[in-house]
Amino acid sequence: MGEKMTISTTVNLAGVELKNPVMTASGTFGSGQEYGELIDLNRLGAVVTKGVANVPWPGNPVPRIAETHGGMLNAIGLQNPGIDLFCKRDIPFLRQFDTKIIVNVCGRTTEDYLEVVERLGDEPVDMLEINISCPNVKEGGIAFGQDPKAVEAITKAVKAKAKQPVIMKLSPNVTDITVMAKAAEAGGADVLSLINTLTGMKIDVHKRAFALANRTGGLSGPAIKPVALRMVYQTARAVSCPVIGMGGIACWEDAVEFILAGAAAVSVGTANFYRPGATVEIAEGIENYMGQYGVADISELVGAVEK
Amino acid sequence: MKYMETAIVFSQEALAHDIYSMVITTEQIAKEAKPGQFISVYSRDGASLLPRPISICEIDGNRLRIVYRVAGKGTKEFSGYRPGDQVRIMGPLGNGFPLEAAEGKKALIIGGGIGIFPLLELAKGLKGRKEIVLGYRDHVFMKEAFEAWGPVSVATEDGSQGTKGNVLDAVREKGIEADVIYACGPAPMLKGIQAFAAERNLEAWISLEERMACGIGACLGCVCKSKEVDHHTNVHNKRICKDGPVFRGEEVEL
Repeated sequence: MGEKMTISTTVNLAGVELKNPVMTASGTFGSGQEYGELIDLNRLGAVVTKGVANVPWPGNPVPRIAETHGGMLNAIGLQNPGIDLFCKRDIPFLRQFDTKIIVNVCGRTTEDYLEVVERLGDEPVDMLEINISCPNVKEGGIAFGQDPKAVEAITKAVKAKAKQPVIMKLSPNVTDITVMAKAAEAGGADVLSLINTLTGMKIDVHKRAFALANRTGGLSGPAIKPVALRMVYQTARAVSCPVIGMGGIACWEDAVEFILAGAAAVSVGTANFYRPGATVEIAEGIENYMGQYGVADISELVGAVEK
Repeated sequence: MKYMETAIVFSQEALAHDIYSMVITTEQIAKEAKPGQFISVYSRDGASLLPRPISICEIDGNRLRIVYRVAGKGTKEFSGYRPGDQVRIMGPLGNGFPLEAAEGKKALIIGGGIGIFPLLELAKGLKGRKEIVLGYRDHVFMKEAFEAWGPVSVATEDGSQGTKGNVLDAVREKGIEADVIYACGPAPMLKGIQAFAAERNLEAWISLEERMACGIGACLGCVCKSKEVDHHTNVHNKRICKDGPVFRGEEVEL
């Protein structure tokens, strides 16, 4: 056998260097405290936190969770501790690990978002992900993400205040996601992440009742992967900024599909719930794949689908 | 500490219609488990993603007994497992019942329907004076197992055995008195016990359930309303999987 090839899985997102392209999808991983008991957080490219607002949000009534074929619905409603407790507790926790910290920001109004973004300006976090795509809250969230003018405006407003690079997280619940992607880019987004969950529903036929108290919820898991992959492919071709791909990624093959479709990095979400080690396994799997095919730098794979 | 393990099925039997008892051999989980805790059991079917949270019924060395009702595809699959089969689990999860709360006091253990299962290990573990009350709709199961650990009273909704009515009807009919209540069962029963304990100024510990996703406190899927502000979010939501499933009666709003 010849010399062992040097493989670089390093990913550069708007000047932030991740050791590998695997991160957690917001809302599935808390701020890492719980999963840190089961996996080594140092192995992750980045931890993307659950959405945090300016003040604590209690979230939706239960049931908030329902399983569907190959997927699940959630309607948590962005329950979060608010930025004060988050800065005091969650950021110092994550700082103990050799991984990048991406804070997901949610709000009901533009002012809510900006308050959190400004507050995070002096905190040791690497990037901000702006959630304009949560389908489970009435105000804020998706209300900002389904109109290109609103997408551009909120992106501009956030960029004007943010000290860290800004990721805009897009909703798939639109007619043409590339319109929203271009609007976010026009507003100055450094990176785009997609997709958030698809709005769905489940009914218990015996009780003639909605499975979720919120009636509708966000569909995630392997069931949505083909839709997510198609949207990531379309978006990566429509914009020039990097794209973080997610939606049903559960194994390294899924992750490589997204990268070949044009994603510079990937997020793993629902898979954490049934395979807590999924993120680490996927990071290892990508590296093995690169070794197998003689890929020295992961950037060679981004958008490299050929025919 | 919680562990991800591949456990081996030791035995499986049907206890009643749609109710199964499975004993599994674990590496660490049984050794560290306490009464009132639960495990996440993962399906092999890629279409059934989420772990099923199942309470621990008995702990014996490196073996765990779980008793569960077949409620859907996942539990149907588990009921088909045979000795020697592998089953992926995580645990032990949740806080469990505080046995020390009954030290030097008389305990009353109240279970309703499939809520009786996590109480068996508790009944074993409580060494002092105790009474056990089990409530059923009609068919009575697992009564003998409890009788080995204390006097058992039964209530059935149809009156086919014991007191006709619910568990509190049985408590009143028998004039059962206690200092500390431990309970698990359907929400209306737990609500009744909350009120019963409050009226008499008794300490009550109740075990709750809810639809869960992660099972470890990260996803915030399984919260209940709490009187006090919770530590995690600073609102009034306790996580059933992590802060519970056992709560002080006055701590939660049902």
